[in-house]
Amino acid sequence: MAKYIVKRVLLAIVTVFIVCAITFFSMNAIPGGPFEGEKALSPDVKAVLMERYNLDKPVGEQFVLYLGNLLHGDFGVSLKTGRDIGTTIFDSFKISAKLGGMAALVALIAGVILGSTAALMRNKWPDRVIVFFSTLAAAVPSFVLASLLLLVFCIQLQWIPVWSTQNQNYVLPIIALSFYPMAYITRLTKTSMLDALGQDYVRTARAKGVPQIFVIFKHALRNALIPVITYVGPMLASILTGSLVVENIFTIGGLGAKFITGITTRDYPMIMGTTIFLATLMVIMNLLSDIVYKLVDPRITFE
Amino acid sequence: MANTENTKDTEFPKKNPLSMQIDLAKFAPATDEEKAQQEVMSESTTFFKDGMRKLLKNPLAVGSIIVLILIIAAAVVGPMIVPYGYEEMISVNGRRDKTAKNLGPFEWSKNEQKAIDSGEKLFPHILGTDEQCRDYFVRILYGTRVSLFIGFFAAILVLVIGLIYGSISGYAGGKVDMIMMRIVDVIYSLPDMLMVILLSVVLKEVLTPVIEGTFLARLGSNMISLFIVFGLLYWVGMARLVRGQILSIKENEYILAARSIGAKPGRIIKKHILPNCLSVIIISTALQVPSAIFTESFLSFAGLGVQAPMPSLGSLANAARGGMMSYPHKLVFPAVVICLIVLAFNLLGDGLRDAFDPKLRR
Repeated sequence: MAKYIVKRVLLAIVTVFIVCAITFFSMNAIPGGPFEGEKALSPDVKAVLMERYNLDKPVGEQFVLYLGNLLHGDFGVSLKTGRDIGTTIFDSFKISAKLGGMAALVALIAGVILGSTAALMRNKWPDRVIVFFSTLAAAVPSFVLASLLLLVFCIQLQWIPVWSTQNQNYVLPIIALSFYPMAYITRLTKTSMLDALGQDYVRTARAKGVPQIFVIFKHALRNALIPVITYVGPMLASILTGSLVVENIFTIGGLGAKFITGITTRDYPMIMGTTIFLATLMVIMNLLSDIVYKLVDPRITFE
Repeated sequence: MANTENTKDTEFPKKNPLSMQIDLAKFAPATDEEKAQQEVMSESTTFFKDGMRKLLKNPLAVGSIIVLILIIAAAVVGPMIVPYGYEEMISVNGRRDKTAKNLGPFEWSKNEQKAIDSGEKLFPHILGTDEQCRDYFVRILYGTRVSLFIGFFAAILVLVIGLIYGSISGYAGGKVDMIMMRIVDVIYSLPDMLMVILLSVVLKEVLTPVIEGTFLARLGSNMISLFIVFGLLYWVGMARLVRGQILSIKENEYILAARSIGAKPGRIIKKHILPNCLSVIIISTALQVPSAIFTESFLSFAGLGVQAPMPSLGSLANAARGGMMSYPHKLVFPAVVICLIVLAFNLLGDGLRDAFDPKLRR
């Protein structure tokens, strides 16, 4: 077990390092420095600025310095707003985390309920309806769903006001973000629940007269939920990337909006900071969900 | 005895009912009808035929094949029928028609109406026109074409790279395998979407001056960077799959048997390993297509997709967001086409898996 965890943690560290390297060096490969463009700077001013941001040093050294700064939580300064990127990321991430967390919760709860309902009512109409909708939901990209929801509920029906600072209605973005993972969890829960219901221990429990409700919740569902754990990490990753666009559609000022603005305005330090931050977060989430998975299920052996 | 009745009396002498001798009638040769009853073997089929039979029995898979054929046919044939180009602004009698802006489905602009009144025949704007006076139906057809092209090409790219990498790793085994798989592990744990966005941003900047003037410029740096990104990142799943398949098939007794009678490695690969993992690989490739279309539309939506006049379904949906209040149909149509394509491919992939995956066979 300890060996497995060490191996996974090492892999995660290597991954984060590679993400940093790819981000840094690819951003450096872009022709043109950050101080070329709108205003022509005098060579002296430019030299001072280059020195201030360590841009006069060789790329390798810059990378080491950048990594060192990252470890201190210093993501550099935005080229467009001049603000500290670390604080910008932290502030906007609070909104994204709230949104993403709620979407993940909705997806998990709804997915597990729908999936186990489908498994328990196999081949009856609730099962068919659930399977139909989960297949459909898996084909709708979150940004399409988000724009359609905005179109129908905010503009055509005007049930829900468009997002603003006074009026923070999370319902539509949460639906848009949680739809796809919910469909996935539904399918996952259904298969593993069917598998669990066919196991010997469920038959034994039924044979010794355990009430149906205990059989379902205590014996079947608890075991059926184990595969769902492995999906939590990838799910959070997909919700976070989905929120890059969904936040833009609903004009929510979260991390996604900052990222897209960074891309459109070519604010490279901002893109770097956000990529590294999100990537690290996703790698950690994946690591945690894998380790929890192995801890929860004693049947899984360690290589 | 009862059996005397149904035997042919002429061929056998009549038997005394009390006789202990064998009843000759019991040894009469079987008629063709009786022989046919003994046939318990079903008609012999090949793996492929059997799978196709199962696939065609699955109504969802058949439905999605029909939908896909219709969409592909529309994307290929449609632009030939509709007399407008995807970047062509509507013109009447050789003059640009500025009134043909943002028309609704099946509407005519003022100038076109005049032309029709004077007896000219014009092709209707089935889905209206966009804000730059271009026929929207043709743009959607071209967008579908671009999205499908990206989907198929990316799937082939992933297949080729994954197949080569995975089979080398699976065959070689040992240290080579270990190192190759550690690389795969690392790429696999990279957050793909973020890396795709990042690399698209960078490659767009780097590639644009490089490809200027060549035929690649027509494709656009965004599309090329999209393929490069797919080639760099998305093959790892396929490589893992192929390696796993080869490793497990390599251990089978029939491989050992083939080797022991002196079959060459080339023959073993061709005759024994490939046919056994082909179905799994095909299924996974089929599922790669919608995932590529998904990614492309996501990137187009974030403004990193195909180059400007060329439409893709994602960029059409993105462009339609601006005028969403007044022209909702412009958002709805590309969105519906994306969903239809992805849904059809997903269902087809599921159907293929049910029909061809040897692990699921009875």
